[in-house]
Parts: sequence; C-alpha cells; structure tokens
Amino acid sequence: MENTEYYAKVHSIESFGTVDGPGIRFVLFLQGCHLECKYCHNRDTWDINGGTYSSLDDIFKKIKKYKNYIMPNGGVTVTGGEPLLQVKFLIELFKKLKEENIHTCIDTSGIVSINENIKEVLKYTDLVLLDIKHIDPIKCKELVGKSNKLELEFAKYLSDNNIPMWIRQVLIPGYTDDENDLKKLKSFIDSLKTVEKVEVLPYHKMGEYKWKSLGLEYPLKNVREPNESEIEKAKKILVI
Amino acid sequence: MKFKQWEGFEKGDWQQEINVRDFIQHNYTPYEGDESFLCGATEKTKKLWDEVLELYKKEHDSEGGVLDIDTKTISTVSAHDAGYIDKDLEDIVGLQTDAPLKRAIMPYGGIRIVEQSCEAYGRKVDPEVDKIFHTVRKTHNDGVFSVYTPDIRAARSNHLLTGLPDGYGRGRIIGDYRRVALYGVDYLIEEKKEELNILNVDELTEEIIREREEISEQISALQQLKVMASKYGFDISEPANTAKEAVQWLYFGYLGAVKDQNGAAMSLGRTSTFLDIYFERDIKNGTLTEEEAQEIMDHFIMKLRLVRFLRTPEYNELFSGDPVWVTESIGGMGIDGRTLVTKNSFRLLHSLENLGPAPEPNMTILWSTRLPEGFKRYATKLSINTSSIQYENDDLMRITLGDDYGIACCVSPMKIGKQMQFFGARANLAKTLLYAINGGRDEKTGKQVTPKYEPILSDYLDYDEVMEKFDQMMDYVAKIYIKALNAIHYMHDKYSYEAIEMALHDKDIIRTMACGIAGLSVVADSLSAIKYAKVKVIRDESGMAVDYETEGDFPKFGNDDDRVDQIAVEIVKRFLHKLQKHQTYRNSKHTLSILTITSNVVYGKATGNTPDGRKAGEPFGPGANPLHGRDINGALAVMNSIAKLPFEQSEDGISYTFSITPGTLGKTEDERITNLVTMLDGYFKQTGHHINVNVFDRKLLLDAMDHPEKYPQLTIRVSGYAVNFTKLTREQQLDVINRTIHEKI
Repeated sequence: MENTEYYAKVHSIESFGTVDGPGIRFVLFLQGCHLECKYCHNRDTWDINGGTYSSLDDIFKKIKKYKNYIMPNGGVTVTGGEPLLQVKFLIELFKKLKEENIHTCIDTSGIVSINENIKEVLKYTDLVLLDIKHIDPIKCKELVGKSNKLELEFAKYLSDNNIPMWIRQVLIPGYTDDENDLKKLKSFIDSLKTVEKVEVLPYHKMGEYKWKSLGLEYPLKNVREPNESEIEKAKKILVI
Repeated sequence: MKFKQWEGFEKGDWQQEINVRDFIQHNYTPYEGDESFLCGATEKTKKLWDEVLELYKKEHDSEGGVLDIDTKTISTVSAHDAGYIDKDLEDIVGLQTDAPLKRAIMPYGGIRIVEQSCEAYGRKVDPEVDKIFHTVRKTHNDGVFSVYTPDIRAARSNHLLTGLPDGYGRGRIIGDYRRVALYGVDYLIEEKKEELNILNVDELTEEIIREREEISEQISALQQLKVMASKYGFDISEPANTAKEAVQWLYFGYLGAVKDQNGAAMSLGRTSTFLDIYFERDIKNGTLTEEEAQEIMDHFIMKLRLVRFLRTPEYNELFSGDPVWVTESIGGMGIDGRTLVTKNSFRLLHSLENLGPAPEPNMTILWSTRLPEGFKRYATKLSINTSSIQYENDDLMRITLGDDYGIACCVSPMKIGKQMQFFGARANLAKTLLYAINGGRDEKTGKQVTPKYEPILSDYLDYDEVMEKFDQMMDYVAKIYIKALNAIHYMHDKYSYEAIEMALHDKDIIRTMACGIAGLSVVADSLSAIKYAKVKVIRDESGMAVDYETEGDFPKFGNDDDRVDQIAVEIVKRFLHKLQKHQTYRNSKHTLSILTITSNVVYGKATGNTPDGRKAGEPFGPGANPLHGRDINGALAVMNSIAKLPFEQSEDGISYTFSITPGTLGKTEDERITNLVTMLDGYFKQTGHHINVNVFDRKLLLDAMDHPEKYPQLTIRVSGYAVNFTKLTREQQLDVINRTIHEKI
C-alpha cells in the first residue's frame, strides 16, 4: 500500500463504547503493537501484519453514521494495539474529525518517542487516555517488555502542552498493586497539570481465551483478579 | 356545563361532543421537573401488595401456574359477582371473576381452547356450558374452520402462517376507557343512540345492517358495564367526580373489556396524563395529597397486574409468560410543542419502585428527543434498575398519528378511540424462501404444500434465480395470508364481537389489516450469502434441498452494512406491496409489523436449515433483531441497521430487543443514565421505531434459571413486551441468555 497516510490497519470497531472516554464513543481498534503486556486482553491486536486495510474515507464515513449518538457528549476514541504506531493516519483522521467538531481521544501507552508527527497529532487531540504501565522502570520492562521512560516523558509533554489526559492504572495483584509503587505513581500524577481523571482498571481474565485461540500460553495464568478491598485500597492511595 | 362533575375544568369542544383529546389539551399541566416530588408506598399499599405476592406464590405453585378457574360461568361484562383481594385495603376495586387470579372461561372465541385449557390444568368445563357451545351456539373458531380453504389449512399446518388468531381472541383493540370517566356511561349510550339514528337510512344494505347491529350490541354492553359497576357499589352513569373515581371509572371500562374478551393483547391506551388532570384538580382543591395520589395509582397498577386469561400450554409456548399486554403509553409530545409528560406519568413509572418490577402493565415510553430531561433520566434510570420498560419513537409516529395515539400489544400504534386493527400474526418468510428453493415442498416433511413450482436444480444458488422464485413464492404466501385473515376477522366480528371495546370508539373508525413478518434477518442473511459468497445446495435422495454449505464470507444484517441491510429493506417493501394486491375484509388498510414476540423460538423450531448457515430448529432473531452472534460492530451498528427498515412500509411496528450488561453501559449510575438517554436520542433520530431495553448480567439469568424461587419478580423485556423470567420455558430462557448481550471486555 503506497499512500500509507490515508490507510489504516484496522483490527475492529465498536460502535457503542462507553468506558473509553466521555459519553458514547465510536471506538476504532487499530492493529499492531510494539509492547508485550503479559496481561493484554487484546492479544490478537499485536501482529502488525494482521488486521485489514481501511481507507481514511471509509472510516470517516463510518464514523459519521454514528454522529446522532456521539454528539454532543461523546466522540471517537482510537485504541488498539498501539494507535500511535499509525500516527500519520491519525493526523489525517483527527483533522477531519475536528472539522466536524467531533471530540477526539487516543488511548495509548505513551511509549513512543515524541517526534514531529506525534506533536502534530496531539494538536488535534482533545483527550489522551494514558495507560501508565508501571511507575517503576524495571518492573515495567518485566511486565510489558519496555521501560517506562518514554511514557513518563510523554505524560510530561502532555502536561507542558496543555493537553488533557486521563491516567489509567491496570491493577494486577502481585504486579502493579505494591503500595509504594502506587504512592510513587500518585506523586508523579501530582506533578502533572492536565490530569482530569485517574482510573483504576481492575485486571480481569476475560481476554485469556484470545491467547488460547492463537495457540499461545497465557502468561498470567496463575494470577487472580483483584478483590473489592484491594481495588478500594488502590483508589484510596491514588485519591480517587 | 352539562355536568357538575366538570367544575373547575376549562371549557372546550369536549363538552359538546366526545373528544377526550380536546379535554386533555385544554386542561393538562405539563411537568418538566424531576422525580423528587414522588412518595413511597403507603402502609396500606405495602400490606395489600404483600397479600398479592402471597397469591402469586400460590398461583406459581398450582398446577400449570393456574390458581383457579370458574368453569361454569360464561364470562361477560357483568356475569361474575364482585370479587376482592382485601376489600378494606383496596382503593380501586374490581376483578375479572369473584376472586383474585381465578380465571374465567370465554368460549365465544372457541370452545375447544377452553376445554383443552381446563383439562391442562386439571379441571373440566361445566357440562351445561359444553352442551351450549357444542350444540346451540357457534363460536369464532367454528366459523373460521367452516370456511377455511385447503390451501389455507396447508399453509397453517406447515407453519408457513403462524399464530393466526383463529382459535382465540384477536385482541389488539384499545377501548377509549377514559370516556367512561369523563362522560359517564349514560352520555355514551345517548351518543350511541344518536349513531343509530344517523344509520336510520332509506336503504338497509348489508353494511348498514351490520353497523346497526354492532351499535346495538355496544349499547347493551354499556348497560352491562353499569350493572357490573353496581355490583361493586358504584353508579357510573354520570362522570367521575374525583381523581379516585376517575381511576375507578376508567378501570371499570378496562375491566369490562377483560371480562368480555380473552384477546391476544388487551392494552390500556394512554391514560396517565388524562388522569393527571383529575389529580391536579383534587390536589389544588386540597382534597388529595401526593401520598394519596400515589396510593391510588399503585392500587390501580396492582389491579392491572392481576389480569389473567385462561390459555393452553401451547399458547404459552408461543407467547410465553402468561402475557396480557396491558400496554400503557406514557409521555410523548403534543402537536403544539408542549410535552404530554405530567406528574402522573412519573407516578405510573414509580409503581415499579413501590411495588417492584413486573411485566404488566407493559410500560411504553413514547420517546421524543424533546422530552423533558428529568423524565428522560427517570425513565432510563428505571430501565437500568428493572428492565421493565420499552421505548417507541414519538417523533416518528406523531407525524401520521397525531398526539393521542397509544400502543396496542407491543409495537402497534393506533389513534385512541378512532382506530382498530385486525390482528394478523405473521408469515414465516424464512420458510417461504426455502419453499422457493424447493418448489413449494416443505423442507422438513417433504410434502408438497403449495401448488408445484419449478424448484431450483443447480448445485450452487444463483442470486437472480433465487430472487425470482422467492418473489413468486411471496406472491403465493401473501395471497393465502390475506384470504386467511379475511376469514378470521369476518368470523370474529360475527361470533365474538368486542362490543364493550368498540362502544368506546367513534362510529367511523380506521381499520388496519395488521400482517407480520417472522425471520427477516434470516432471509436477509441468506440472500446476502447467496449474493456475496458461494452457497452450495445439499439435497436428499428425493432431490429436495435440505442443507447448504457456504464458501466465503458475506455481509450480515446488524452491522450497518448497506449491502445486506438494503436487502432487508427491499423484502419488507416487496412483501407489503404483495399484500396490498389483495382485497381486505371491511376495506381495512394493509399494514406490516416486524415482530415475533417470543415465538421466534417456535418458528425457528419449525424451519429447516437456511442458506445463511442457520441450522434447522435454531431460533430466529426476535422481531427485527439480527441473528444471535452475527453482529460484530457493537450495539449502535445493530441499531443503525434496524433503523433503516422503513416505518412507512411497516407501520404496525418494528421491534428491536436490546440487552446490555450494566458495566458496558457506563461506569457509574449517572454515566449509565446519560449514555442510555443519549443512545435513545440517537436511535430515534436515526428513525428507529421501537426498542426494548434490558440491563442485566448473564450470570444473574443463569442463577435465576437454577433458583427461580430467588427471583419471583425478575422481569425482562422480550420482543415488544415484558415477561417474568421464571415463567419462561427452559428453551426460551436459553434463547434469552444466548441472545447477544452487549458486553465489553
């Protein structure tokens, strides 16, 4: 495919998203991810060679069919995979969405270097859902395959450039629920100026079957879901 | 002023003629606020409701879920003595028989159904009644079968036409019960006498004779209504004087109907805003408090929850959960732009909190994007908590029906007191498609059901060839269908005329011939598979197509993909046009619905393998829903697909059942409400017609299957109405659970 700016590799769409950003969201799942999160619930979005090509026009037309539902409270959320791997496409899509006054949101790990393209797409981004993988760089690498250095820089860039963000922390017993780590996370969040919301996302096993159907072993087989009191405790530390 | 009971009301045309809408428009008080004014259940209400729950329990534990039957009294408007739950506690009185939950026999529709029902529940019809209806008096059922032609019988017994009201009451007629309260019965009789006078013409044609006879029947039914009320100590000759009386008078009107007719759906109409005028007057006069107003409404609702009909277990298999369809239409906007929501619209909904969820009355919100925010949020909040509410598009219906229509049964709109329908159940179009492929042989029995058509002989199905043959087969089905309905409704008018309901109508009314489609998404997907993939036919030794192998992928209905959605649209239009080619009884207007109620399970059972890959016996999607699991782009994509189906060609309603888990709807209660409100606004802006909203977890339903005793009031919405989950057959429960419940991971 030559004109890569005008095509995206799409995993799927969800026309009725209600948990990834404000209001009712058209959620675009892009294919391809450079991380290897052990708890990933969309394992089938990793392979950059998977998915199907869709043109910018097709996707834009599709989104417009849901305008009656996503206006005025909702909008479009792009997730994945890692959507910023297809940043050139995102720039074009978001430009068009902003022309229609549609709210734009990216759900990302932020583990990308901030180049000109990233800066460009963020100009058209109303909200970033920033999934802090782990506040500790070593534990982060262990859990997702990469250090958190870039994502913390990414968060700072958002803060310095006045771009609203929601910080998310997936709560995995034994991995991300250490009290000191959560406190560290809290003080990092406090250093940022544009955080509108902090969310604790309790780890769940509902994505396990996707690993199995790809013939893969699920890395967190023996990890349980957090219970109510653990969730409450984490929320308390993060002052939610 | 004609009546002293009208004191305090603003004058209008309604005083010179029967015109309830005019009365409402001149007198009602729109309410734009929220639910904070509402009162909880009073001690009296709680006590009475506990007694009802106790009765429910007894009923549930009785054979076949039937507490008792009066096998002797042929039910009429006034045949039974007065009956009570607990006389001293009841604000609103009146039961169908002399005891609560005791079912009446109504043999005019058909004696066999009455006999079979009694036997199924361990009783026997009184020999005298049996004798009368076997030797003296012909029934609707006898009438129909004395004229049915062989082709109708064949289509019927092979499930090409299903659920026809030829052995039971057709229902789906809404009397304008408000008239009883506003005018009193004597004035209504006077008006009917005037109608007779109008019909005193020079030529007594067949038509005039029939009309004169019907009006005479109506007058005698109104007289009976007075007799019935007098058994409870009320004189309803004159208008109601207070809010409590208005509710009582109105309920007597409705009670007359459910004593007289075991109809397939016995809907209430659009009463809450009418009644609000009385409540407002009394509250303003200082003679009634909010708490008392709520108590009256709660007691009224309790009565509606006690309505029962005697039906066979087979009927229950088709329309599960013992439904009555006491549909009450709430809200909507007026032609003048004011909302028709009143405080009493809230009180009615509030009964779901005071008494807990229940399938009846079938609460139907007439939704407009312009409804007051407070009402939108209260209704959706109750939806999320009780799954007991359905929504229909007022902005769409108001265009042709004005602002005083109501919903009969599930999705059928009609102008109150000015319109009725001849209920026509539905044609199985999935089977019709299979007949087209097999030249009119039934794919399950191998029998030649229709005249011999040329079957398809090729190994792979060709879209154009299939369409041509399907078109011919639809022609055939449409012809038989209207023939059957003409016979049914001629006989129903003749042998089981709904005199009391029609007495609460104008003289000249609109009649519709309400046909229906089952299996629309199966047909659309099958045709899509034939067009966009390759479908190989598997034949048995007699050469009949019995199965299909599909190679390649194809667009499926429910994903907002025009390639297949437009096929569905085309089928709807085409089938209506074919029906329109045939003359209908009483020149009724041909209409169409896409509604299966719960019978999608039974119709699926009777239909073989289909080219879309659906296996023989598997349920169809309910109503206009996509087939289970075929929608992969989320709920709004389904809604967009269904909203494309043209209401103009399917004005008897297009039903969509939507189920979602609470977590998928939003993270907090406030978010859930906001999202549901926005979703409904969006769906109706897309011109969707109807939506059932269920909010529950799959886990909860699985638990309720195993432990029904823990969930006596668990209510869920199925195609067009609500049922008590624990009253469904196991098969239907599984269908509900397997049906797409939108759930986000």
